[in-house]
Amino acid sequence: MTALEQRAPATPPAPARPPSDHDRDRRARRWSERGWALFFLGPQLVGLVVFVVGPLLFAMGLSLTKWDGLSEPTFVGLDNFARQLTDETFLVSLRNTLFFTVLLVPGELTCALLVALALHTVRGRVLYRLFYFAPVVTSSVAVSVVWLWLLNGEFGPINAYLRNIGLDPPNWLVDTRTVIPAIALVSIWRGLGFTMVIFLAGLQAVPKEYVEAATVDGAGPVRRFWHVTLPMLSPTILFLAIMSFIGSFQVFDIAFTMTRGGPGDASYTLVYDIYDLAFTQFRFGDSAAVAVVLFAILLAITLVQLRMQRRFVHYEE
Amino acid sequence: MRVLKHLFLVAGAVLMTAPFVWMVLSAFKDLPQVFVIPPKWLPDPVVWDNFTTAWTALPFGRAYLNSFVISGSVVVCTLLTSAMAAYAFARVRFRLREPLFVVFLATMMVPYQLTIIPVYLLMRELGWLDSHLSIIVPNALFNAFAVFLLRQFVRGIPREIEEAATIDGANRLRIFWHIVLPLLRAPLAALAIFTFMAQWNNFLQPLIFLSSQDKFTVPLLVNQFRGTYTTNFPVMIAAAAVATIPVLIVFVVGQRSIIKGMTLTGSNR
Repeated sequence: MTALEQRAPATPPAPARPPSDHDRDRRARRWSERGWALFFLGPQLVGLVVFVVGPLLFAMGLSLTKWDGLSEPTFVGLDNFARQLTDETFLVSLRNTLFFTVLLVPGELTCALLVALALHTVRGRVLYRLFYFAPVVTSSVAVSVVWLWLLNGEFGPINAYLRNIGLDPPNWLVDTRTVIPAIALVSIWRGLGFTMVIFLAGLQAVPKEYVEAATVDGAGPVRRFWHVTLPMLSPTILFLAIMSFIGSFQVFDIAFTMTRGGPGDASYTLVYDIYDLAFTQFRFGDSAAVAVVLFAILLAITLVQLRMQRRFVHYEE
Repeated sequence: MRVLKHLFLVAGAVLMTAPFVWMVLSAFKDLPQVFVIPPKWLPDPVVWDNFTTAWTALPFGRAYLNSFVISGSVVVCTLLTSAMAAYAFARVRFRLREPLFVVFLATMMVPYQLTIIPVYLLMRELGWLDSHLSIIVPNALFNAFAVFLLRQFVRGIPREIEEAATIDGANRLRIFWHIVLPLLRAPLAALAIFTFMAQWNNFLQPLIFLSSQDKFTVPLLVNQFRGTYTTNFPVMIAAAAVATIPVLIVFVVGQRSIIKGMTLTGSNR
């Protein structure tokens, strides 16, 4: 450990050897650095090329062809996009996905923020957190199976309670109007804990002095929340909103397990469409076109939200 | 105010936990008890058959083993390859280092539903379809988020430690293995939990790549129960319980580190 105490000189000592020698030395070092870079980056670089950049370019190309995966692919230009953008199934899946997003993003952020605000100052935080976070670690497929029964129109406990208090509840997963809200409910239940924990971390980073100063100035809890806590929390909200948007546009597991896209196509989503086109209908070109559209949507959402941050997000310093 | 908060939190916690309670209790019901109106929480009589049916109807033990092998291999390989890449990005000087790192970051924007079709075709060419390799290899060889996260931590290591080792004649491999890797223990542990959980619950990839039942992971097997026992709620729910309860037990035991690992994505904005 004596080596640890040695300090590296701030500037390298002046070369004692003739410059030509020094140059050769430096070139050799640069080469060996290049070798090391290749060695350490090698595996991930292979992964980047073979599993991401290559497939990305391939998928872009695929979206311009008609191909069933077996015969010769034929180039069709933008035909796939033209067909998909007017295709009934695509439009339905886009509408369903949008509806899901509109319910999920505000629903999850609001619920999670409320729980985080309550948790922030009470005792027993760790114990509470356990209950709220548990659904996050479970398999979405397994919990969907449980919710299948919970939401059953006739024999499910949820509707039994709703009937008990005098309501006439819908048959959630069979009714085309309620199936997306039902899937959103399950998604919020499963994602709440994650969002809440991140909000909690954000809340803990709000300097106490600010809240105290506002209290001294006579601000009540509501004003303190709107004028101190919320602005200080805005970077966290932006981050979670982007994550939540991206996640909700990729909704698949729960819809697939609970309803298989049904009833009819009432819970068919964009990713479901991509999956179905490619892996049950073997229309790889059409599927890739929808996937490219999804990519474009995600990119656009993120860019818009990052632009919005200039106006609404408050950063310290 | 405090009492109100606790009331709110307790009510919320009950709602969050109710589905699990329903799952455990209902797994002990027989079929006639499904159709009782209004539904009852407690099973009466208590039957164990659903578990024996669930466990013997489809190869659950095998699915657990498969999920373990896949998640475990992905964790070990991802940790190693991404720590190596992170070290290169943080410490090795080479041309194109910054642009290449930007490319790594940019890939996080690409939804994997876009790349999965070409990867599927590639796996078909390689003959890896219906093999666990089709899931392990892509995940093990590329993880931009892990590289990004670990690079931050490598940059936090004081350079003096490495420089001292260089003077002592250690090459970069020895520095990486004996100095950098041990100092990354905490982020690596969190990353291991994060990666393991993500793989354990991975659904779309196995659904597309695996086709024979003895290769199935736990979520795939539960999905098959859902297809086979569409109307037999107790058996389906027993299968869900077999898939969920061990995970929940592990979670309760290690909740502190698991939550830390799972929320890694949020801790570094």
